[in-house]
Amino acid sequence: MEPVLVLDKLDKSFGGLTVTYDVSFSVMPGEISAIIGPNGAGKTTLFNQITGNLLPDKGRILFKNEQITGLSPQEIVARGMGRSFQITSIFPEESVLENVRISCLSRRKEALNPFRNVARFKEATDQAYFVLESLGLAKHAERPAFELAHGDQKLLDIGIALGLEPQLLLLDEPTAGMSPDERQLTRDLIKRLWEEFNLTLIFIEHDMDIVFGIAQIVRVLQLGRLLAEGPPEEIRNNPEVITAYLGEEVR
Amino acid sequence: MEIRNNYKEIVFWAILFVIFGSLPIIGSSSYHLMLASHILLWGLFAVAFNMLWGVTGMLSFGQALYFGLGGYGVGLMVRHVGSDWFVPGIGLGLIAAAILSFAIGLLIIRVSGVFFTVLTLAFGQLVWQITFRWYEFTGGDDGIQGIIPPGILSNKLFYYYATLLIVIASIWLLRRISLSPLGVLLRCVRQNPNRVSFIGQSVRYSQLRIYIVSSVFSALAGGLMAGVDNSIHTDMLYWTTSGEVILMSVLGGIGQFFGPFIGTAVFIVIQEFVGAKTEYWPLIIGLIMMTMVLLLPRGLVGEFEALKTRLQSRMVADRG
Repeated sequence: MEPVLVLDKLDKSFGGLTVTYDVSFSVMPGEISAIIGPNGAGKTTLFNQITGNLLPDKGRILFKNEQITGLSPQEIVARGMGRSFQITSIFPEESVLENVRISCLSRRKEALNPFRNVARFKEATDQAYFVLESLGLAKHAERPAFELAHGDQKLLDIGIALGLEPQLLLLDEPTAGMSPDERQLTRDLIKRLWEEFNLTLIFIEHDMDIVFGIAQIVRVLQLGRLLAEGPPEEIRNNPEVITAYLGEEVR
Repeated sequence: MEIRNNYKEIVFWAILFVIFGSLPIIGSSSYHLMLASHILLWGLFAVAFNMLWGVTGMLSFGQALYFGLGGYGVGLMVRHVGSDWFVPGIGLGLIAAAILSFAIGLLIIRVSGVFFTVLTLAFGQLVWQITFRWYEFTGGDDGIQGIIPPGILSNKLFYYYATLLIVIASIWLLRRISLSPLGVLLRCVRQNPNRVSFIGQSVRYSQLRIYIVSSVFSALAGGLMAGVDNSIHTDMLYWTTSGEVILMSVLGGIGQFFGPFIGTAVFIVIQEFVGAKTEYWPLIIGLIMMTMVLLLPRGLVGEFEALKTRLQSRMVADRG
């Protein structure tokens, strides 16, 4: 099987500060994996390079066997990649439904239609409701997005990405700012979405219960380098990772 | 058109059809017809402008450029070729506006925020300056007088109804855009441009699209205006024209599709009736604008909406 995503010797620095150094890994289709690391390890910067809002200084990124280094986010998204954001990124004044429907329309190349009423796009609307159902947000469909609770806004952010029917979905700290209860729910939800939508999924997360609970592969970043990569058991017992990040208590 | 269960929508179209449609029948002077035509055409101009600002978040301070271009398309054709060229002149203005807004748009959508605003102002003033100086061709500060539409269009009543129909059709088209996927996308561009790229759409080209659409409808309003006033003047291109359309939109409410039209009507009525009493009418407009911006920032239509929502929720609360 060919990998969906290949990172090949990525380097990135801001001035004198190296944020990504010689990072290489491959992600297989259908894999659910986590990227962990201390704050400032370069996790989000790595996501930003994969999705095209930052250009790596060196190295290549291959998505579905095609080089995407240097493409814009818009072009990369069109090839089947979606992402959510660490700081929730939604369209606050639009209804919850509209937030997801616009990405469904975009996926169907109908987002630039200037004549038909948006409600008449049946397929996109149905799909948007399907996504909202999966996220448990359908009951809020008509409300403006800014009225949602923080946790629900995080989910809506994921919903916008899901509307694109991505093959590869990147989630940047999906549980940031959530209560412990919400985290539990979100953990199960991510697992379910991964199965339901046939996704290849990479997420950044600080909550180790979630990371070790659902990831098949865990990658550890430290100071921009890929410190370790492997199944959760292996990572949990990796001495380097323990020293650098996990500390003793996880064992 | 899809008539949704939306009183605002119905009220607005009723105003357009009934009030403006019956105005000549209930026996109004040609002065009233001219006033009504001004409201219609400035209203179209303001609604088109608001597709840029209120919807997409692009504050253009240079839409006078296209309004004037429409007027001068007609004026120059009539002056240099003949009055039979009145209607082709409107078409020419529209084409010129489309081409120019495409070219200027490509340049200025690269910047956003206040830089965009300043650039639109600069291009607007550039064209005004050229028109002002090029006396032999444009008539300079004298403008162009005696623009009489040919044939049946020279009949004031006929011209009024033609204007009404074109304005209704144009606003209806713009309304369709605002309710379409493109309309949603444009609102998304205003609210969160960064996310728009991550749903696979181009922020810049969405902005360019609506900049062209808005400019063409501004030119249409300007072209028809030449036939209402039977003259055009460089003021049409001057920055104060761009400023007025902003004021009208703020007055009515930029968060509402129909707000700018209502704002225009109120603005022009104040201008006419206060202007008849005192030459200091801009003072009144200024005070009203200050009040609006400080106390009622959502504009007339927007504040009315908010008031309604508050009353409804209070009624629900009382009942509960």
